Amino acid sequence: MDWRQLWEICSAPDNVPIVGLIPLLAFYIYLAWKQAHANDVLIEQLEGDAALAKTHHRKTWPFKPGWQKEVHVWPFLLRIEFLAAIIVTIILMVWSITLNAPLEEPANPNLTMNPAKAPWYFLGLQEMLVYFDPWIAGVVMPTMIIIGLMVIPYIDTNPLGSGYYTWKQRKFSIGTFLFGFIILWIAMIIIGTFIRGPGWQWFWPGQTWDHNRLIYEVNRDLPDIFGITSNMAKAIFGAIVVGGYYLLGGFVVYSLFRRYMGKDFKRMSLLQFGITQFLLLTMVALPLKMGLRLLWHIKYVWITPWFNI
Amino acid sequence: MAEENPKNGKVGLVDRVKDDIQAMKVDIPAKAKEQIEGLKDPTKTQVYTSIFRHKHDDTPRNRALGVLSNVFLHLHPAKINRDAVRYSYTWGMGGITFFLFIILTYTGVLLMFYYHPSKVQAFRDVLYLEHDVPFGKILRNMHRWAAHLMVIGVWLHMFRVFLTGSYKKPREFNWNIGVLLLVFTLLLSFTGYLLPDDQLGFWAVTVGTNMARATPLLGHEGPFGSMLGMTPYNDVRFGLLGGSIVDANALLRSYIWHCIGIPIVASILMIVHFWRVRKDGGISGPAPVMLEAEADKPRRGPKAAGE
Ligand code: HEM
Repeated sequence: MDWRQLWEICSAPDNVPIVGLIPLLAFYIYLAWKQAHANDVLIEQLEGDAALAKTHHRKTWPFKPGWQKEVHVWPFLLRIEFLAAIIVTIILMVWSITLNAPLEEPANPNLTMNPAKAPWYFLGLQEMLVYFDPWIAGVVMPTMIIIGLMVIPYIDTNPLGSGYYTWKQRKFSIGTFLFGFIILWIAMIIIGTFIRGPGWQWFWPGQTWDHNRLIYEVNRDLPDIFGITSNMAKAIFGAIVVGGYYLLGGFVVYSLFRRYMGKDFKRMSLLQFGITQFLLLTMVALPLKMGLRLLWHIKYVWITPWFNI
Repeated sequence: MAEENPKNGKVGLVDRVKDDIQAMKVDIPAKAKEQIEGLKDPTKTQVYTSIFRHKHDDTPRNRALGVLSNVFLHLHPAKINRDAVRYSYTWGMGGITFFLFIILTYTGVLLMFYYHPSKVQAFRDVLYLEHDVPFGKILRNMHRWAAHLMVIGVWLHMFRVFLTGSYKKPREFNWNIGVLLLVFTLLLSFTGYLLPDDQLGFWAVTVGTNMARATPLLGHEGPFGSMLGMTPYNDVRFGLLGGSIVDANALLRSYIWHCIGIPIVASILMIVHFWRVRKDGGISGPAPVMLEAEADKPRRGPKAAGE
């Protein structure tokens, strides 16, 4: 166990934000979960009691008849904002006094940094470079993330859970978002920050960074395993595998939706459903491809003269 | 009134002066008294009333006016849902992100006084800031850490907006403005990374922009790129960097995007974002819970959540 190495990584000034983000995320997930749980209990209670549902004010916080529904922004909101501003300022001041922003040697194109890491918030994408070619990890994925986020309001047709925390009413959408945000984004950043060392190789926390370590990894392509040699056949084979994944996966998604989310499915148009299927399958494809690589050393699935996937 | 000279019907100069002095002895003390009286209640002065347009005694009307007649505060409505002020609902993250943006603008302007975006000067300017400029080090640190905090803030804000289902009708559009803000926040941070012109920034930006080489169609190493005549000297990466390597032009471009281009776009988007929060009926909740059986009934209007 090389504590010094571990300390070096955790205390690198530009890694501190991600070290801080982890407890912060845990705290806010807890806060959200607590409220979601309270609301879910209330919902269950109201669904079982029609009379109460008519009279209840439908929040988990107390409300007595005669209380005003609204409060003045001044002072009730402004004092909170003011307090928040002061607290943020103090945190920032203390942080800035105790920890210096990094400054390395002057830029030198002839002296490669090893590892050369992107800023921490992009490390998820850099980690994807291990499993995908740059045009996918660096261009297609960011584009799809942005478009995917933008279409969320238009493909989520579930009217429940608007304006309050809940889990039971939105299991699918919240589950999917958590998968995308926590597993595919935050976890990849954590790997990129704490685990990847020189040569972008995998070093467990506490393992010494060995700049001379070489790993002889023999990567194969999926068509090779099936003994396909001609370029044409490889291209067609890959197209079938990838196309098959989306077709078969699409069918599985349909089958699951119809069975377990019938109401949502009914509300969705064909376009909405198609986009949901496609985005969902693409998200799921990432860990699948990573698994292929890590477990079976498979580099490409689909090889063409112009691009490889 | 000085008396007329009986000879020619004119008032003598000396008499006039005497007369004025007499009058002054009465006028000035009276005015001085008035002035002192006035100072006892500054809220009655013209200067004061020209700035503050209403009284401040603690009445509901004045509390409302205090918000509504102030250009900055009237981002807010006068009154809001009593539960909407609960920290546990919004986590305050949108507001904190905005506050950090203001801090970044402020510290950023100060940094600009000491920084020249040229290969010769940039790195030295940062050294100078660190070692010679009074408070230069804390200035740079605050800018750096506030930038990181802002990225975290935007993520957490998006996370809570998602978890409260606040992107649902009628806030779909504002969610989209938000996604753009997220992208611009990351780009702001990224363009700033190169500016110290050190190894860290240089290699981070090199790694980052190398991916642009591989852009399909538009990058010289991307699928179909070379077929369309892309070379290292005319593809998107060249456009981003102003050259085929990260060098003086890239530094200047970064600087201009970082200090001028993106802040302007982001500010405009923030204005739209805040405007839409109000127009969409204030923040989404905490709204009364809805039951499964009510799902397909016509929706309650945005007002239901309280403005
Ligand atoms: C520079 C970045 C941003 C700033 C300064 C900002 C600021 C704010 C503020 C002050 C609010 C009021 C409520 C609150 O504080 O939670 C708000 C609400 C909202 N924001 Fe943002 N925001 C930003 C980015 C985003 C992002 C990335 C998204 C989503 C992708 C987003 C979506 C929304 C939505 C949908 C609302 C309405 C929420 C509701 O009604 O409960 N914003 N924003």
